[in-house]
Amino acid sequence: MNTATFSRGVHPHEYKELTSHKPIEKLPAPESVFIPLQQHIGKPCEPLVAKGDTVTTGQKIGDAEGLVTAPVHASISGVVKSIGHFPHPLGGRVEMIHIQNGSTGASSDSEILLDRPSDWEKASPEELIRVVREAGIVGMGGAGFPAHVKLNPPPDKPIDAFILNGCECEPYLTADHRMMVENTDEILLGMAIICKILGKCKGYIGIEKNKSDAIQRMQERVEALHYEFAVVPLEVKYPQGAEKMLVQSVLKRKVPAGGLPLDVGVVVHNVGTTLAIHDAIINGKPVTQRVVTVTGDGLRDPKNILAPVGAPFQDLLTYCGETMSETKQVFMGGPMMGLAQYDLSVPLVKTTSGIVSLHQEPVGAIRQMPCIQCGNCVSACPMNLIPTRLARYTQNQRYTELVDWGVFNCIECGSCAFVCPSSIPLVQWIRVGKNKARQGQKSAS
Amino acid sequence: MSIPSPASSKGKSKLKEPENLLILASSPHLHTTTSTQSIMWQVVLALSPAATMAIYYFRWPAVVIILTSVIAAVLTEAVINRLKGETLTITDGSAVITGLLLALTLPPTFSIGGTILGAVVAIGIGKQLFGGLGYNIFNPALLGRAFLQASFPIGMTTWSTPATLAGSAVDGVSTATPLGLYKFEHALTGYADLFVGNVGGSLGETSALAILIGGLYLLIRRFADWRIPVSYLGGVVIIGGIFWAFAPNQFPDPVFHLLSGGLILGAFFMATDMVTSPITHLATWIYGIGMALILVIIRLFGGLPEGVMYSILLMNAVTPLLNRYTRPKIFGEVQS
Repeated sequence: MNTATFSRGVHPHEYKELTSHKPIEKLPAPESVFIPLQQHIGKPCEPLVAKGDTVTTGQKIGDAEGLVTAPVHASISGVVKSIGHFPHPLGGRVEMIHIQNGSTGASSDSEILLDRPSDWEKASPEELIRVVREAGIVGMGGAGFPAHVKLNPPPDKPIDAFILNGCECEPYLTADHRMMVENTDEILLGMAIICKILGKCKGYIGIEKNKSDAIQRMQERVEALHYEFAVVPLEVKYPQGAEKMLVQSVLKRKVPAGGLPLDVGVVVHNVGTTLAIHDAIINGKPVTQRVVTVTGDGLRDPKNILAPVGAPFQDLLTYCGETMSETKQVFMGGPMMGLAQYDLSVPLVKTTSGIVSLHQEPVGAIRQMPCIQCGNCVSACPMNLIPTRLARYTQNQRYTELVDWGVFNCIECGSCAFVCPSSIPLVQWIRVGKNKARQGQKSAS
Repeated sequence: MSIPSPASSKGKSKLKEPENLLILASSPHLHTTTSTQSIMWQVVLALSPAATMAIYYFRWPAVVIILTSVIAAVLTEAVINRLKGETLTITDGSAVITGLLLALTLPPTFSIGGTILGAVVAIGIGKQLFGGLGYNIFNPALLGRAFLQASFPIGMTTWSTPATLAGSAVDGVSTATPLGLYKFEHALTGYADLFVGNVGGSLGETSALAILIGGLYLLIRRFADWRIPVSYLGGVVIIGGIFWAFAPNQFPDPVFHLLSGGLILGAFFMATDMVTSPITHLATWIYGIGMALILVIIRLFGGLPEGVMYSILLMNAVTPLLNRYTRPKIFGEVQS
């Protein structure tokens, strides 16, 4: 049988062996957490607590009106030390609630649970979606799109398939992999809940073949628990986990340009998101913690960690033996799409799938050369764009052509810049071009 | 490692430089290890079998022409770098390739002065005038050769016998190339001699075998797009074959087309030049077949015996247009 996959793409070195065999460890409760009021795409939350208030784990401390938003919860019990603007891993300063751990009392075990139906199988989809919203669940692979919106597609878009995204195609990251091995039953139950919410739809589990233990474990448990899900092993290729690529690989359906998976009847959720949906519906737990891979070439002890939302990056790095003496770069997420950090006081957010710390010098800036038209970027682009041309149009400020050549279809996966022998920051040029073209469109209309 | 508060991160931190600053860059943060520079030097490596065979067949004159051309090309690049006030680019290997390729297209008896002139034109006008590496429209080596062909029509078509044929490396034992023999005397040369290169011709175009070894290396390492030699050579076989099928007495057979002249050198090392060949796959096929058509027309009906140079240069000129009009269908794009 041919392994399902998509066209083009690249094969970066995986570096997953650093943590792929390491069981998930729980981070000791940090002294303080900083809970950003925005950890999702959409409207930022308003604080529901004030300085000096006592909060309990699981307590909702921020929320907003509107559809596209997600509330935030206290991830530890303690006292609200301050509410102010602190550095956010996605850049800039964002309003955050600083909670100091109240470890003095024995109340650390108490936890506020969500109000939820006692039997999910008898509950209505609307009721379940409400719980997902109240739990503050967002796309935990990195996108941060509120999950309850994705679970409630418009009635003119019938959904017949749900795909569990277990690709984790970014180098270094193994958090989803470990969850699939260690929390298999919970994830499968989460899938069953999602399929119930979406109505009549078949479940697929897409996993890259480099996680053979996860594939095997999923297959065993699907059979043992009599689910009708299909486990689909996928070729190890980046960006296999990009939604459009995954839908193509698993179902051979092409998401239309400018469209979403739901345009072809598909909803995709990441492993972490699915597990969070399980935890909310079954255990009544909102998103107050997540599994994160803390890794890199210079860490003494890279790990997969279950950590509370709001824990500072430096606490996590220190826990994994990072001394910061030789560190050159730290990113949130994997090295292909991750965001470089300049301040390690930033907190872990719901979308932090990994923290990668590298001691090696980045090569990109050092050896940049002119484009020699080798066409490697064209052969790599999963969206079938001409990255070098998009970069040149941006450089020459020709934004009409830039849009004609499909710049808005770019998913910024980084495959083009990865293969570029001249180390041209193609993705950066494309991002600049998208912004400029958007500005132009706005001022024109 | 202290927890920041709005107060401490505003004023005080400016006074003390942090011990270790983190590097900020746009993603992706991983890069392939293949650099443009390493590609260029591996092309030089891939050309070495052809250069070695040239020296084996033509002895000292070949050594002199190759060294002269490479040195002149590199020096021209260095001088222009200086004049433009930019950092030296001679270590990127691209000027060496141009010098080497130009040398391999020259007759073994060609003058040293002419060789220098050709290299200066190739780098100066063919490459640097357009803005240097990556910006030139025409293959610089072929542009240099075209200049020499126009300036020294006799010198560029005086061919000596390989030393292996004449028994010694005697200059001036002139002979005709297999294509010249065919065009002007209607005489065919044996395939075996053509394949190993035991025939008259320019330095590098004699041994198909040596060029194929280097060419295959380029294809395997993906430093050349396989579509180009396949469409170019395949096109010549098909188009040449059609003429031969209709009038076998009047036109040469496709195998002779393939093995004679500079076709194989051109198809593997010049037409595949990344800078001057198309980047979309459809454009690449059109480019190869276009070259094949021009080549066969020149060989069969033109005034010159050989058409590789002009076929490549003409299609180089069309490359930007081909790229422009062959935009691939974007993933998920609906055909309109």
